[in-house]
Amino acid sequence: MCHQSVGLIQSLLEREGIPTVSISLLPEVTARMAPLPRVLVVDRPLGYPLGAPGDPALQGEILDAALAMLRFPAPVLTEWPSRAVPSGSFRPDTRA
Amino acid sequence: MAKLADLKLAYRAYMRGYSYRRIDWTPGAMLSVPLAEARICVVTTAGFTLPGQVPFDATARGGDWSFREIPADADVRRLLTSHKSDAFDRTGIDADANLALPLDRLRERRGRLATVHFSFMGSITAPERLMDTSGPEVVRRVAESGADAVLLTPV
Repeated sequence: MCHQSVGLIQSLLEREGIPTVSISLLPEVTARMAPLPRVLVVDRPLGYPLGAPGDPALQGEILDAALAMLRFPAPVLTEWPSRAVPSGSFRPDTRA
Repeated sequence: MAKLADLKLAYRAYMRGYSYRRIDWTPGAMLSVPLAEARICVVTTAGFTLPGQVPFDATARGGDWSFREIPADADVRRLLTSHKSDAFDRTGIDADANLALPLDRLRERRGRLATVHFSFMGSITAPERLMDTSGPEVVRRVAESGADAVLLTPV
């Protein structure tokens, strides 16, 4: 249900012109709400969106991966840890 | 990563039949400043409150759709969790709120972060008031705060 709430708030923000990126721990639910603007699917259990407690390096790595997606036009979905993505699935924004 | 099949039977049964709400949005929102200079706002559904704020109401039918505003200078070690869901392991966010509201990480990395951040309690099965009242109010406050972009985190 957390993922529905996140998707709804994200859509409201983006609709008003505010760029957003969300983390998803439950891609099955995210898929039911697709397309959402920018989603980083993080391979961690529910309750652990930034990786692990007390691990600033891991939290920072996931945070940076999520924020980097703000450079891309929506909709775009990426996975962390990153996996090979077919070329042409999204294009970098040259402005940011 | 988490899968619906890992959830308790009662949640699986509920979510299988659940009709997820959607809100239409139009592509086009982009950063107006370089990413390194962007003031980032965090919106989490981890159910955090600061001491002195009213805790979320775990008994509200359909879920507590209200939100709490977290100022940028808040000490994340003082945040309290009142999330009602037992569908996830809360020991992580209890031990370190940066796991869902990474204000310390943002402070370390960036010169600027947004002046305000927002906390919801995500177990909202009847999200109509979120969609027409508290959600739009948060959008208004985010815009007013001058934030350049928003990171959203579920738990």
